[in-house]
Formats: sequence, C-alpha cells, structure tokens
Amino acid sequence: MKLMTCPVNGTRPVSEFVYWGEIRPMPDPDTCSDDEWAAYVFNRNGAPGVKKEWWCHTPSNTWFIAERDTEKDFVLRTYLYGDDR
Amino acid sequence: MPWRLLRFGLSKSHPEPRMFTTHDTLKPSYDVVIIGGGGHGLASAYYLARDHGITNVAVLEKGYIGGGNTGRNTTIIRSNYLTPEGVKFYDKSVQLWQDLSTEFDLNLFFSTRGHFTLAHTDSAMRTMRWRAEVNKHYGIASEVVGPEDVKRATPQMDLSCGGHAPIQGALYHAPGAVARHDAVAWGYGRGADMRGAEIHQQTAVTGIEVKGGKVVGVHTTRGFIATNKVICAVAGFTPRITDMVGIKTPIYIHPLQAMVSEPMKPWLDSILVSGSLHIYVSQSSRGELVMGASLDPYEVQSTRSTLDFPEGLSAHLLDMFPFLSHVKVVRQWAGMADMTPDFAPIMGMTPVEGFYLDSGWGTWGFKATPVCGKTMAWTVANDKPHELITGFSLDRFRNYALTGEKGAASVGH
Repeated sequence: MKLMTCPVNGTRPVSEFVYWGEIRPMPDPDTCSDDEWAAYVFNRNGAPGVKKEWWCHTPSNTWFIAERDTEKDFVLRTYLYGDDR
Repeated sequence: MPWRLLRFGLSKSHPEPRMFTTHDTLKPSYDVVIIGGGGHGLASAYYLARDHGITNVAVLEKGYIGGGNTGRNTTIIRSNYLTPEGVKFYDKSVQLWQDLSTEFDLNLFFSTRGHFTLAHTDSAMRTMRWRAEVNKHYGIASEVVGPEDVKRATPQMDLSCGGHAPIQGALYHAPGAVARHDAVAWGYGRGADMRGAEIHQQTAVTGIEVKGGKVVGVHTTRGFIATNKVICAVAGFTPRITDMVGIKTPIYIHPLQAMVSEPMKPWLDSILVSGSLHIYVSQSSRGELVMGASLDPYEVQSTRSTLDFPEGLSAHLLDMFPFLSHVKVVRQWAGMADMTPDFAPIMGMTPVEGFYLDSGWGTWGFKATPVCGKTMAWTVANDKPHELITGFSLDRFRNYALTGEKGAASVGH
C-alpha cells in the first residue's frame, strides 16, 4: 500500500488522497496576453522531476503541498501552504 | 508457406535474414529521423518509403522495437468514437487494419470480435445513443442494443453486475477487433527495413539541434545526425522530447495499467467495455483474458505497477463474471499514457520547422497505428497537415478550439 503523509492527520493510505496537479503561478488575467493565458490554462510540465503538487486528504478536506519525484513516485516532504521553510 | 517451413527444416543455418537488418553505424545525415521505434514510428517509416519514396530514414529506438506502449496496450481496435474528427480518423485506421496481415505476409492474428460498450445508467444510455448516431452518420456499423443482445453474445455474464450496476443496454460496434500488438511493430519494421529505412535500437536521443527556428540535427547516444525533419512518436516520453526543442504542450503523463489471466478455453467472443465498472476485457488468441481499467490517479513517469490495480479490477470483473473467481492473474504491467485535456491526439506540424509531433496518444494509440503512420508520412512528405489530422493540431489549444473526444477509453468523462 502506498502511503502519503498528511501534515495534519499523519501517514495514511494514498487512496484517501486526491492529486490536484503541479502548483503553477497564475499570470494576471488583466495584464497578460491571450497567448499567455491560453498557455496557463492548457500547458503542463509533463517531464519527470521533483515537483511541488497540490494534494488533498479527502476525509478531512486538508489541502496541502507535496514535493514528489514524479519518476520514482517518491514523496520527499509534505507541508501546509505557507509552511515552506 | 509450407514450402518455406520445409526450407527451415532442411537448412543447417537460419535460411532467412532476421526481421530487421542491424546497422553498425549511423549515417552522418538522414532525410527524416523518427524518434521512437513503436508501431507509430515504424508505420511512419513504412509509409514514407512505400507511398512517398522517402527511404533515407532512420528510426531511433531507445529500447527495443515495440517495447513501449505498442507492446503494453490491450490490443483493441475500433472506430466508434464521438467527434466527427475522431470517427473519420479511426474508421480509416480500421479499414487499413483489415489488409495488414496480407500486406506484411505476417500473421497479426487480427480478429474481428464485435465490441460492446456497456451502459449501466440512463445517462450512459444517452451517450451511447449520441455516439451511435454520430457513427451511423459517418457510415460506421454502430448501434444501441438491449440487455438481451448482450446476454446472447455473452451468456456467462451476470447482467445485474452483482446487483449494484444492472446493464441497461450497450453500444454495439461489429467491426471491433483485436490483434497481436508486438507483431504490428515487427510487420511495419520489416516492411520499412526492406524498403531501405534503417532501424537503430538501443539508440537514445539526447538532444535536438534547432537553428533559426529550424531543426538541423539530432544528438544521440551514438553520435550526431544531421537532418531537417524529425518525427517525435514516443508516447509517454513526449514531454522530454518537446523540452529539447522548447515547445510547451498540454501533455501530462499518467500510467495506464493492464493485466492478463491464465489461459482458458475460448469462451469470450466479444470485446466488453464498461465505463462505470472501469473494465475492458477480451480473450486473446492464446486464451488469456486481457484486461484493463482506468488511468492511475496521479502523474508518474515510469512503468511501475501497483497492487491496487489488480485488486480493484478483479473485484469489478467478478461483478460481471462471478465464475472467474478461481482464475489466476499471471501478469500485470503499465504503460505511460501521454494524456491531453480533450482526449484527442496532438499531431502534425509545430512552431519549430521540421519538428513533427505524433503524440497525445494517451489510452487510444494502438488502434490508430496504421492511420497515424499514413497521415504522418503524408504530412512530412508534403510539409502540410493531412486533411484527417487538421483537427488534432497543437495550436488548437491556443485558439481554444478543443476536439472533446469523449469516446476515449480508460478515462472518466
């Protein structure tokens, strides 16, 4: 069983979590061009690497950030938004 | 064929060349370099040589021929998709499939079985009717049938699916077929090789040289090759290759797993798919049940397997066929699916001149192998997109003109 550590509820089976994709900075919709906005909406970084991703522990609805090696499927660390220090 | 066999029996050494010629060195330049020696890449090389007379072609394969998603899919061939673009494209592919064994002089075990997409809810029935009407409009054999027709084709099935997902009906697609997938790569590979294309296995691409917005060459683990045209047909490795030329795409990678049972006497003629139960299953010519479910729930760029997968899939399969409870699972594996937001491929030209994409083949690439080869070869030879792939271009995202292919397998809609 694959495990994931929720920063609030501790280590739980990964089936209790949902993955919500890599954290991507949003361009300012008022100032960016149409192409920049379309690129933000659709384009993804599909190459492997250590990525910062949104995950949610669904039973407690805890949203947090996981740093995960997407090639080895290995979670380096997890923390709540704003605790990145 | 028997005379050929006799020659093998009487000869002390192997009387025929192996499937492909092995080339010790790469040439300094090629007219076209194809990255990826799977079905799509080899079919492109085959049609470039056969239909367009372009034979100075190298197919570069990092591993071995057909060892990627060509050999990892569940071999289903069908054309009952939902969008006009998809239906026309896959129908052309199904037509090409019919003659491939003869064309290659190689038995692909192409077997037309009939394909049921089961509907367990009213909304699923509505989608089936929608798909049937689109399909019929384009002349494809596709119709909505009732539970009694499903029962007639598959008397072993529990139509109530364990009581919690009773079958309301199905979309029936008579041309639905299966084929031996690795033989498809070998057939195209041998055909391309015979016509002069070079296949280089164990040759990975490490970089692509672009000057002034044009491709000028490819760096490989065996040296540099000069070329002006590169086809990228690498399935789950696509983002790593597009990063080399600085192109951004919407492609993201999730594993898609599959498994087979131990061989049994033939009992399952049809191909069965259930979106609600996350199952597709058919019986191979070797007697194994070939089974798949749905995409893994998060991004991973490797072919690792998980235990959740056979657990979940088996539970759903037993809802349909309780008598399989003593049948063993003998193998499971995964492939890397290059997914797109609209479940349609990304094909054709790109902002980099001479760099052609055959990508975004997610969970629906095997059935398209012949038509991809054909249309990519045409696109490269004529330097403009083939009319069947204009709906699949990379710039559709920039223009918010998505294709919306909801007929794709293994994905929730």
